[in-house]
Amino acid sequence: MNHTRRQMLAFTAGAAGMAAFGFSALPALADADATQKAIDEFAAGATPAEGRISLTAPEIAENGNTVPISVEVESAMSGDDLCESVMILADGNPNPDVCTFRFSELSGAATATTRMRLAKTQNVIALARMKDGTVYMDRKEVKVTIGGCGG
Amino acid sequence: MINRREFLMAGVALTAIAGGAGTWTRAAAQQTLTEADLLDMAPTGKLSILHITDIHAQLRPVYFREPSVNLGVGPVAGLPPHVTGADFLGLYDIEPGSPRAYAMTSPDFAALAKTYGRMGGLDRVATIVKHVRAERGDDNVLLLDGGDTWQGSYTAQQTLGGDMVEVMNALKPDAMTGHWEFTYGTERVQELIETLPFAFLGSNIYDSEWDEPAFDAWKMFERGGVNVAVIGQAFPYTPIANPRWMFPEWSFGIREEDIAAHVEEAREAGADVVVLLSHNGFDVDRKLASRVDGIDIILTGHTHDAIPEPVIVNDTLLIASGSNGKFVSRIDLDVADGKVTAYAHRLIPVFSDIITPDAEMAALIDKVREPFSAELARELGTTDSLLYRRGNFNGTYDDLFCQALIAERDAQISLSPGFRWGTSLLPGQAITVEDLHNACAMTYPAAYRSSMSGGLIKDILEDVADNLFNVDPYYQQGGDMVRVGGMGYTIDINKPIGERISDMTLLDGGEAIDPEKEYVVAGWASVNEDTEGPPIWSVVEDYLAGNPVVTIEENRSVKVKT
Repeated sequence: MNHTRRQMLAFTAGAAGMAAFGFSALPALADADATQKAIDEFAAGATPAEGRISLTAPEIAENGNTVPISVEVESAMSGDDLCESVMILADGNPNPDVCTFRFSELSGAATATTRMRLAKTQNVIALARMKDGTVYMDRKEVKVTIGGCGG
Repeated sequence: MINRREFLMAGVALTAIAGGAGTWTRAAAQQTLTEADLLDMAPTGKLSILHITDIHAQLRPVYFREPSVNLGVGPVAGLPPHVTGADFLGLYDIEPGSPRAYAMTSPDFAALAKTYGRMGGLDRVATIVKHVRAERGDDNVLLLDGGDTWQGSYTAQQTLGGDMVEVMNALKPDAMTGHWEFTYGTERVQELIETLPFAFLGSNIYDSEWDEPAFDAWKMFERGGVNVAVIGQAFPYTPIANPRWMFPEWSFGIREEDIAAHVEEAREAGADVVVLLSHNGFDVDRKLASRVDGIDIILTGHTHDAIPEPVIVNDTLLIASGSNGKFVSRIDLDVADGKVTAYAHRLIPVFSDIITPDAEMAALIDKVREPFSAELARELGTTDSLLYRRGNFNGTYDDLFCQALIAERDAQISLSPGFRWGTSLLPGQAITVEDLHNACAMTYPAAYRSSMSGGLIKDILEDVADNLFNVDPYYQQGGDMVRVGGMGYTIDINKPIGERISDMTLLDGGEAIDPEKEYVVAGWASVNEDTEGPPIWSVVEDYLAGNPVVTIEENRSVKVKT
């Protein structure tokens, strides 16, 4: 069977959704502690710095159930200047973990695009860890509205 | 600066004419103010750019009262366009009661409207466009339409934008972008765009499934001997402020990084001048200008502001050309070595009694309206009060809508969207079908009746207030506050979301709104797909049948803290 582009995309979106909600049935929303804990674990002792990673996300979500985001890390992708992984967090979701992308020299570039679900207005946080242990962070507030009276 | 001096001279000329406006008759005012006063301008350079935006399907001259309340928050508080009334007149040295005061502010609107008459009309706009093309030469003029062109009238509704496309095509614009256009649905929009003999640009419109650009982002024009790149920017929050289900194939957003990339592409392709034809809204464009380098001119739209001088940010001229066909902006540019070296600007007020209608265009407008002429003229009632919509919190036209919703849908509370379109009616005027539809013609008009908890009503007010008063303009959607009937509230515009709204009270009896209690709420223009109810125009028409003379008392139900 041939997979159409539409079907492939549906799989991808499903996978991203799994990452966010797959095994979490926590009724409460993530607190600042859970987000900070995830950042600390990912940073492994480093202090996240600004720069090198840029997160693109809409200011206001058109549909909170499927919010497109993308990340791009400035990296030569070789030697010490290699971005090894990128983690995405959503600090207002029931579980802040969204997904983690891993890269190798063969990746060529540390860029990724996915779609995620946002329960309410919150920060989306992207962290990049480099091979030399440094960590970079970008964040963007994405607003989820009731909508309906503009124009 | 050439521009400012020239503008002020024009201003002095106009104010001198209107010096005794209080005692002048309409005929005297018209005799003195001439078409030449409005159109003549000492030219600069070879290139002229003409901008018109937010026509909202107003083919014929209208009354349109500018807002008396238009508040800004944070760093833009008190800056144009958040200056109204006497403050506006003071800021721009405009004589109260003068033609320009009537055109750009609200004081004494009804009286001045009787003196100076209606404004706009695309046949008058055609006269202006032809005049500039004749003066400067066809090859030296660029005409750009900022969108919200196809929606807002009975005839546009009946023809699904077809009347506007036919008339605008005759005006021969070079490019347009859009917002309410999309509410005709993907298929109709595509069908209309295919017929356009000019470009429909949208740097920020993406295919929602493939996340790829869905429209041409920009186009290069050779005019006035130079290359002018025009980047189009549709309203970023179209799928949020309007029903996304009508155009699910398209995604929008500000996408500032895309604009920056297109500016770079355009410069690399040899652009001497870069213009952003924008439907972002003024505050969004002001922020964007501060963050994206290399844009010479932003032709702003969406928030319906008429500002008589460019606002300059990061070497970018922001031009705000009003709405409803009331104004045409002309910007002359002198360009040398790939740079703008001088400019001149005029916000031309389209006084319909002074500017001669273009005969060809007048005939075309009559032709597209003719099939509907009997219905357009059908009278539904009269008004003793000035009816208008613009203003951050309420307008008398919306008070009428809110009263009609409560009465006809048997509700305790009514909600009417804070649209910025909708023309005005003077005391003593008949309310025709055309007038009513000018305030509500749209493709999702169902007037719902539903039960909402006090908590949900507060959430809605907080949400809309944050769209209007978020301190970061990139989170603003550019409409006004939702209008409320049957309930009063206090709003502190400088608070964050969740804390702006307080003292919600039922007007009938003065009882405080209980967050846990359910209330019967009627409203219209919901963005939800399954909304049920009669169209809002039927609701208002039925109400007028029983209440044929409209009198609106001053609305004191919203208390504003600034």
